[in-house]
Amino acid sequence: MAIQLKAGTRLRSATDSCEVVVVKAPAEPVDLRCGGHAFLPAEAEVTAESIEAGFGQGTQLGKRYSDDELGLEVLCTKAGEGSISVGETVLDVKGAKPLPASD
Amino acid sequence: MLLEMAAEGDPERIVLGSHDSGITAADLLERARRAAVYFEKSGAEVVGYFGVNSDVLPVALFGAALAGVPFAPINYRAPDEQLTGILGRVAGGLMIADDDEVDRLRACGAGNVVTKGELASAIAEPVTGEHPFVDPEEIAVLLFTSGTTSEPKAAVLRHRHLVSYIISSVEFLGCTPGEAQLICVPPYHIAGIAAVLSSLYAGRRIMYLPSFDAAAWVRLATEERITHAMVVPTMLGRILAAVEEAGAEPPALRHLSYGGGRMPLELVERTLRDLPHVDLVNAYGLTETSSTIAMLTPDDHREAFASDDPSVRARLGSVGRPLPSLEVEVRGDDDAVLPPGEKGEIWVRGEQVAGEYVGNNVLTEEGWFRTRDAGWFDDEGYLYVDGRLDDVIVRGAENISPGEIEEVLMANPAVHEAAVIGIPDAEWGEAVAAVVVLHPGAVATEAELQDWVRQRLRSTKMPCVVEFRDELPYSPTGKLLRRVLRDEVAEAVGGTR
Repeated sequence: MAIQLKAGTRLRSATDSCEVVVVKAPAEPVDLRCGGHAFLPAEAEVTAESIEAGFGQGTQLGKRYSDDELGLEVLCTKAGEGSISVGETVLDVKGAKPLPASD
Repeated sequence: MLLEMAAEGDPERIVLGSHDSGITAADLLERARRAAVYFEKSGAEVVGYFGVNSDVLPVALFGAALAGVPFAPINYRAPDEQLTGILGRVAGGLMIADDDEVDRLRACGAGNVVTKGELASAIAEPVTGEHPFVDPEEIAVLLFTSGTTSEPKAAVLRHRHLVSYIISSVEFLGCTPGEAQLICVPPYHIAGIAAVLSSLYAGRRIMYLPSFDAAAWVRLATEERITHAMVVPTMLGRILAAVEEAGAEPPALRHLSYGGGRMPLELVERTLRDLPHVDLVNAYGLTETSSTIAMLTPDDHREAFASDDPSVRARLGSVGRPLPSLEVEVRGDDDAVLPPGEKGEIWVRGEQVAGEYVGNNVLTEEGWFRTRDAGWFDDEGYLYVDGRLDDVIVRGAENISPGEIEEVLMANPAVHEAAVIGIPDAEWGEAVAAVVVLHPGAVATEAELQDWVRQRLRSTKMPCVVEFRDELPYSPTGKLLRRVLRDEVAEAVGGTR
């Protein structure tokens, strides 16, 4: 199910403890999932669906997951066991070279 | 959110205070939650902070964020008249103040004042309940910029600006164990706010120096095994002198970032010589851009310092390259983008760029912020900043940049520091004047320095007056107070012209 995202939107996983905040949102709705199930609004009740096979690599706190082609980026604010995907495509951790401290 | 992540990621890590008695991430979050409840009960529309650096600052900053009200650190060095003006603009606010400032705050019109001690006792008891997530569009911080006009402007930074700056430039819990940051920039400066957020997100312990003193800085940095610090140029000169005097440098120190004002080349070179194992970062940023937008990295410093190629060597005087998350352009008078080597105004666009004052968003329709800083790029994409456009001296029809003349003056072996300003002139509109600080024991006359400039630049750039002083006036955040100099020199010269 594709939903319209907005930078700053908080979402929670329907399958595990994962929570994300949208950093960059595409203009078009996206089918953003965790553990193979659509993300829910942050305040939603967790329905505790089981993680789909192939979507269980886990998420790490503080990592950014992105699809540069779509212009989508989310920040993981709570870790979980499921993978973040757009449809069936699992998102990669954004591997930016860390910058030296400046302030 | 940033603090909640830090507390979730490593709750037991000491994040604030001394290495043996500091408080943990979980503890800081608990204190911020209690402060948030206290702020909500007080009905404050803004949480002000009026005083020197202390461990109360992060508690109040995050407490205000959780409570969904702006945090406004205020310059405690502001004269009464200015303070009254500022307080009038944060009416309905709760002021957290040092004990000895309470009477002055009240006299200048503050309604609701609480001392740091009173706040500490008010948040001694646990609270229950969760705070709703704050809308990223809400105002996180209000900072009163010094501005070039007499009325300070209140710069607005929303949660989304600060958060995008932090997550795009700092690796979450990315620091190595034992890292500790000594914060000595004032709390009412953007660097003071950004340092709290970046250090916490990186997992680096924060240690405060209440107000800057070079000997105290070196002592604290030694005792507290400080690894990181951000300093303004005037502080760095004094720190190097204090290290020399103490006969030993802080043993754990390995990273110094500097910014906030023009750094004399001589001082960068001296630091690279005196502290060769310390990484140097030159950070260029503005309040309106949530801190850093370009940086000269440690590798850039070392490569430039070791190079015989003048164009590479010159980079020691640049602010480095823009952060990858931003766009920076140099544009001319007609707003057209200029090629490398040509000087114009620096424009910046990106998620962290706020470009907003209370009641006035100054971003262009395409989201660009005009910095009012003059600068240019070299062929390799290094950005050079050449002072404020407002400081340009207009002599006749010629625009003269003070930076160029200052550099030439400082290249004179007798000259330690130089400031070039425009003073009113009946014939030319403005005339070039210089104020110079000589090295101890050095001698130079006005005529010698005038000749020195004339031989190296055009005669129109030769200062018509050279005044000698023991020191130049700087703000606590390292900015040369050009307005003060301009007024003083204009008055001194006025009678004779």
